[in-house]
Amino acid sequence: MANLPRPTRLTPVTIAVWVLVLVAVMVGATLIGAAGLGWTRVAREVLAQLTGGTSPLSTQEAAIVWQIRVPRVVLAGLVGAALAVAGAAFQGVFRNPLADPYLLGAGAGAGMAATLVVVAAPQRGDWLVDPLPLAAFAGALGGVGLTWLIGRSAGGGPAILLLAGIAVAAFLTAVQTFAQQLNTDTIEQVYTWMLGGLATAGWHEVLLVLPYIGLSAVVLCLCARLLDVLAVGDDEAAALGIRPGRVRLVVLLAASLATAAAVAVSGLIGFVGIVVPHIMRLLAGASYRVVVPLSILGGAAFLIAADVIARTVVAPAELPIGVITAFTGAPFFILVLRTHRRGLR
Amino acid sequence: MTALALHGVGAGYDGKPVVAEVTAELETGGWLAIIGPNGAGKSTLLKAIAGLATSTGEILLDGMAAAALRSRERARRIGYAPQIPVLPEGLSVTDYVLLGRTPHLGPLAREGPTDLAIVEQVLARLDLSDLAGRELRTLSGGERQRAVLARVLAQQAGLLLLDEPTTGLDIGHAQALLDLVDRLRSEDGTTVVSTLHDLTFAAQYADRLLLLDGGRVVAAGTPAEVLTSSTVHRHYAAEVEVLRTTRGHLVVAPSRTPPLPD
Repeated sequence: MANLPRPTRLTPVTIAVWVLVLVAVMVGATLIGAAGLGWTRVAREVLAQLTGGTSPLSTQEAAIVWQIRVPRVVLAGLVGAALAVAGAAFQGVFRNPLADPYLLGAGAGAGMAATLVVVAAPQRGDWLVDPLPLAAFAGALGGVGLTWLIGRSAGGGPAILLLAGIAVAAFLTAVQTFAQQLNTDTIEQVYTWMLGGLATAGWHEVLLVLPYIGLSAVVLCLCARLLDVLAVGDDEAAALGIRPGRVRLVVLLAASLATAAAVAVSGLIGFVGIVVPHIMRLLAGASYRVVVPLSILGGAAFLIAADVIARTVVAPAELPIGVITAFTGAPFFILVLRTHRRGLR
Repeated sequence: MTALALHGVGAGYDGKPVVAEVTAELETGGWLAIIGPNGAGKSTLLKAIAGLATSTGEILLDGMAAAALRSRERARRIGYAPQIPVLPEGLSVTDYVLLGRTPHLGPLAREGPTDLAIVEQVLARLDLSDLAGRELRTLSGGERQRAVLARVLAQQAGLLLLDEPTTGLDIGHAQALLDLVDRLRSEDGTTVVSTLHDLTFAAQYADRLLLLDGGRVVAAGTPAEVLTSSTVHRHYAAEVEVLRTTRGHLVVAPSRTPPLPD
């Protein structure tokens, strides 16, 4: 009787390891940058701030660290965490290892809304508030909302919802492409946004998305066990006393909110939502009680690291971060596809 | 005591009735087998009892209207195993069986030591302790069926609904599984309702049979009362002989037409 293997659970050691990884990546990302400050001097500045000592950096250089680099690291972490945890949630709800946060029209909705803003007002540099993030946020939620309404009117199961998402995404993308083709002069601006990036990151953006992503992350962690129950199918989950439709609604709402917040400040960054949950699944076990919280930590670390590459490889220019995540994510995606064939009947 | 009573129960999907006017009663610790040809509505009736299909009429659990029970309360009283269970990829047997504790936990709660102890007992009882750490998909057909049964037993419900529990099992594994269910019934007083397409198994394990055809009850009673060659012929369009083994068990044997030449 004493030989029962431990159930798959998050152990303090696993959490500690991933927190350490995240902190290490954050520190590394703060020290490395295009401004040529020298990583030892930045390190001494950070230490000086923590201990009250004297810093080797000028006021201007310190501002680069604290007003540009650090908020960018934090924002990359938030966006990465949001996309990864949303991806894990979507995979759970749809029982599909290849589901991603943009599946239900969040990406296409945000893309269409952003394109319409760019096309309508290409020069927004002197505007008090740039409406693009707000439009992307609303577009993402609008896309998912539309999918949900159509899916529900057609019966509401996960497969129907997924197909409704494909239809909505195709339609919204068509509108977006049409608007873009009529205004070819703004194609570059749209394209840059689509590939994602954190070049405009500041504390303002961090504070803007923190409540949404924080709330969603908490809700999804609380629902992780229910995602495990959903994995046995709607009938069996209902026979276990839960209401699959209600769980699905709560989880999709939280995941979509996180996705919309991420999209609003960073554009469409692909692959994080698929790659990170799978890494966690492979490393720590298939239970969503492990996959969901670890996706938050791992997603943050992954995107911070990807952003360091994006802003340093061709410095002082920047690569779109979506290029980096896809460049590392696509081969992994293929690997997942090959090893998960059995689950994809 | 009556564990389950159905009074004029009808059920279906999307407003289309599949079964109608089913009336039956089952004592605590009894085994009712729902039999009938393909498409007769056996699984639908089982789902209606589990609360998974919309139903009309009255379903009483231990004298209480099932419809009045909240879904978690119902899940604490009824364990349900579908004909083709979904086995989540990558989950270990322990993780899977622990899901059976869901109706006993709050919506956001986690399992405690009691739940783990119950799962440990269930695994030992079903001879699954050695497989507890294995991934579900690495199990054989017989082991999977036992894992599903273990998950249902972890629910600690007094009424088990088993939809074709022997699907995909060879005769030995099928017999072992049914023996196991029978043991639970005699040791714990668990009440069992199962659909079974094998009439011989139905005759030898259930103490009551309910024969459905076209969504309606066409015969009910003890196996000997229900399983006559004429009844089987009428509702299954099959030529059979109902025999008794030397131990007195009923056997429903297919009998080819035309008869073999001497």
